Amino acid sequence: MMEPVLAILTGLFFAAAVYLMLSKFIIRVLLGVAILGNAVNLLIFTNGRLLREVPPVLAAGLDVPAGPVANPLPQALILTAIVISFSFFAFLLVLSWRAYEGLGTDNTDRMRVAEPEDAPLPPEGY
Amino acid sequence: MSAASLTLFVLLSPFIAAALAPLATRLMGYRAAWLLALIPAGIFVYFARLSSGVSGGGTVTQGYDWIPSLGLRFSWLIDGLSLSFALLISGIGALIVLYAGGYLKGNAQQGRFFAYILLFMGSMLGVVVSDGLFTLFVFWELTSITSFLLIGFEHERAAARRAAFQALVVTGGGGLSLLAGLLLIWNVTGISDLSGLLAAGEVVRAAPLYPVMLILILGGAFTKSAQFPFHFWLPNAMEAPTPVSAYLHSATMVKAGVYLLMRLFPVMGGTVLWETVLPLFGAATLLFGAVLAVRHVDLKMMLAYTTMASLGLLVMLTGFGTERAIDAAVLYLVAHALFKGALFMVSGIIDHETGTRNLTKLGGLRSAMPLTFAIAMAAALSMGGFIPFLGFVAKEEIYAALAQGDAALLAACLVAVLGNALMFAVAFAVALKPFWGETLETPKHAHEAPVLLWLGPAVMSLAGLLAALFAPSFHAAISSPMASAIAGEARVIDLLPLPHWGLPLALSLLTVAIGIAFYVGLASLRAAVTRLLDAIGWGPDRGFDQTIAGLVRFATAVTRSLQPGRLDSYMTVTFVLVALVLLLPPVVYGELARAPFFPAHIPWHELAILLLAAVGLPAVIFAKDRLTAIVSLGIQGFSVAMIFLLYGAPDLAFTQFMVETLSVVILTLVMTRLRLSPSDKRPLVQVLPDAAIAIACGLGVMLFLMKVTEVPFDSTLSDFFEQFSKPLAHGANIVNVIIVDFRGTDTLGEIAVVMIAALSILSLIRVRAGGLRQAEDPAEETPAQGGRR
Repeated sequence: MMEPVLAILTGLFFAAAVYLMLSKFIIRVLLGVAILGNAVNLLIFTNGRLLREVPPVLAAGLDVPAGPVANPLPQALILTAIVISFSFFAFLLVLSWRAYEGLGTDNTDRMRVAEPEDAPLPPEGY
Repeated sequence: MSAASLTLFVLLSPFIAAALAPLATRLMGYRAAWLLALIPAGIFVYFARLSSGVSGGGTVTQGYDWIPSLGLRFSWLIDGLSLSFALLISGIGALIVLYAGGYLKGNAQQGRFFAYILLFMGSMLGVVVSDGLFTLFVFWELTSITSFLLIGFEHERAAARRAAFQALVVTGGGGLSLLAGLLLIWNVTGISDLSGLLAAGEVVRAAPLYPVMLILILGGAFTKSAQFPFHFWLPNAMEAPTPVSAYLHSATMVKAGVYLLMRLFPVMGGTVLWETVLPLFGAATLLFGAVLAVRHVDLKMMLAYTTMASLGLLVMLTGFGTERAIDAAVLYLVAHALFKGALFMVSGIIDHETGTRNLTKLGGLRSAMPLTFAIAMAAALSMGGFIPFLGFVAKEEIYAALAQGDAALLAACLVAVLGNALMFAVAFAVALKPFWGETLETPKHAHEAPVLLWLGPAVMSLAGLLAALFAPSFHAAISSPMASAIAGEARVIDLLPLPHWGLPLALSLLTVAIGIAFYVGLASLRAAVTRLLDAIGWGPDRGFDQTIAGLVRFATAVTRSLQPGRLDSYMTVTFVLVALVLLLPPVVYGELARAPFFPAHIPWHELAILLLAAVGLPAVIFAKDRLTAIVSLGIQGFSVAMIFLLYGAPDLAFTQFMVETLSVVILTLVMTRLRLSPSDKRPLVQVLPDAAIAIACGLGVMLFLMKVTEVPFDSTLSDFFEQFSKPLAHGANIVNVIIVDFRGTDTLGEIAVVMIAALSILSLIRVRAGGLRQAEDPAEETPAQGGRR
């Protein structure tokens, strides 16, 4: 019955991730994204229920598991998620690096190329 | 071919012709008009043949199921009212196509014009023959859209764009009002077709929501038929080429609102509200239109305002709804379509042949253009109400209807006399003044119009004369069935174009007398009206511009407040909503997790790993230098890997180990290059709300997860994979089998995502570093810094 304990841990992961992502500094947002990936994985993992030390691998000569094994489905989902969140993280990291180089700031408030602060009003007339 | 499918084909034929019109025009040039006019002419013949069956009071109701689950049908109702309208639309349509052939001869876009005008004709036919309320609405909106396309035909000019946009906004907005009204009627009565509704008038009029329905319907009718104060789009629509003005904005489309009112008269008419609102708005429109008409010197603008006035007159008559008022409305509607369409085409001819439509610059054209002069005079005599034209018959009936009643009718009668007198003056200003007097020099040397141009107005003017000369046949075929359909009971109109001694004739003579006075004093009248309008200074036309500009500014303000361009405000909104979604429903619905059963004993190594993970998190948050931050990030990552290992997921653990190692390495590389400080610079006022949001999100996820894990687990899918991993997919590692076999396509997608991310990273690294800064300040272009090549 380790689920409630892991639920608390997952909550902590989420809280830490959200707190970091609310920062104005791009690198802390990134750290938050990295932790968020782990938080979500823990969420999926705990949802599938926990079972100690029985990997879902069939022993030689068996067609079905002899006894209860860890739930394979969340594991398959998480395996995919780990890889995707890693590539996402790497992409964001490089993107922030280029943004920092290009814009000379790591403060998201001042990254205003797409939504400039003093954008002109849309034209009136027909 | 059955009758139903033949009618369907006839109704669809304008759309087919519209698709072929550009090709025909490319092959034949302007002569394609002769070919294309055959379509509306054929439709005219088809409907004329239905006339004998319908004139006796019969109706043709046919159709196909459209949305059977909602009981909606694509069906048509052909009775006296819709048939007369269909004959006007198709008959004038044929003449307009011919006229457009001459008017736009040599225009490279003539094919497009033919296509639009035929599209409009199909839509307008759809409006008047539709039985289903919602097919009527669809066609109604189609006429607004085709009107938009036609007004904006010369879209290179800003004035045309503005007029088209304005017409679309006003009539399209009215269309939405109409839709709401129709939905309400459908909701209250459960009837979605006119033929059913015509029998259920009692239910509609007795409904508590009747005033709302009526106002919504009037919102559609009044915008379409340019009633005050929604009239301003109609004069602006004169930016369209003249065939459009003659066809849409005088003879047919603007009458769609009047058609709707006439059509719904048996259903919604006769109430106090109806008999108050319609005459008031109609009379106001009549008066305003007639007065504004004399202010202008542009022939088309003068005609446009008289069209507005005539529409007001029709609405006023429909509003009074007495038997004679309906008769008068029917006669005037047909007469107006004929003489106003003809006069518009004449103004187009004058414009085409002399190069100007300015009344003050035209004169003495009678010798150069005798035929056009004759046509114009015939139309103007009908408009002025002279014997023996249809206009006279209509005007006699109008006065007969208004002059024999209570105070309201008499007041309306005075308005009608004044409006008619002003329109009389305008009619002859358009038809007589350019042709009479001394010859004035015009931009182009005037000569008689070619046959394509004069044929249409000639036929229409002649029709206005013949309809009156052969009044008994005309009444039997058109006006009596039409009036019967509106009144909902058999009506016989037997008015002849002869003077009837009595009050109506006296009023007619009075109208002519005042009209002549107005005609003589037109210049001073114009000056007086202009002074008055200048003194007022503001009108709904300017109000429209102000509204649109205000709307743009309002939208900008809303967008800027919702999208301030700051990432942390987007993040804040997102996570506040996440917290609310996670926390509110369980609290509101009492679905919170019970007090969880914590295990009595946790093995010490598990506890250690869990604690390590928990410690790694604050370490990241409170790290003072970047190395601590990176190492702390590694701590939580590796702890998660250990957790996977503990609970039977070695594959996950290995992957996580590798990914975390790579992440740490890459992060170290980037952070040292960037000289970024990871430490927090948030002021306390920001820390507290941020922390509250973060804790709320964490708490929400925790409670959600506790709630989920306390209900029994549905292991159907997991069982399936465990059962069939070996027998079906021949793999012992069930997780691997799911990934590469059972869900192989998902994995392919995943690989694609990874590949796209990798390619994006590569291109980001290779892109010139100066590119981004250039967008900020072109002067500050620096050589690529740190970019690997």
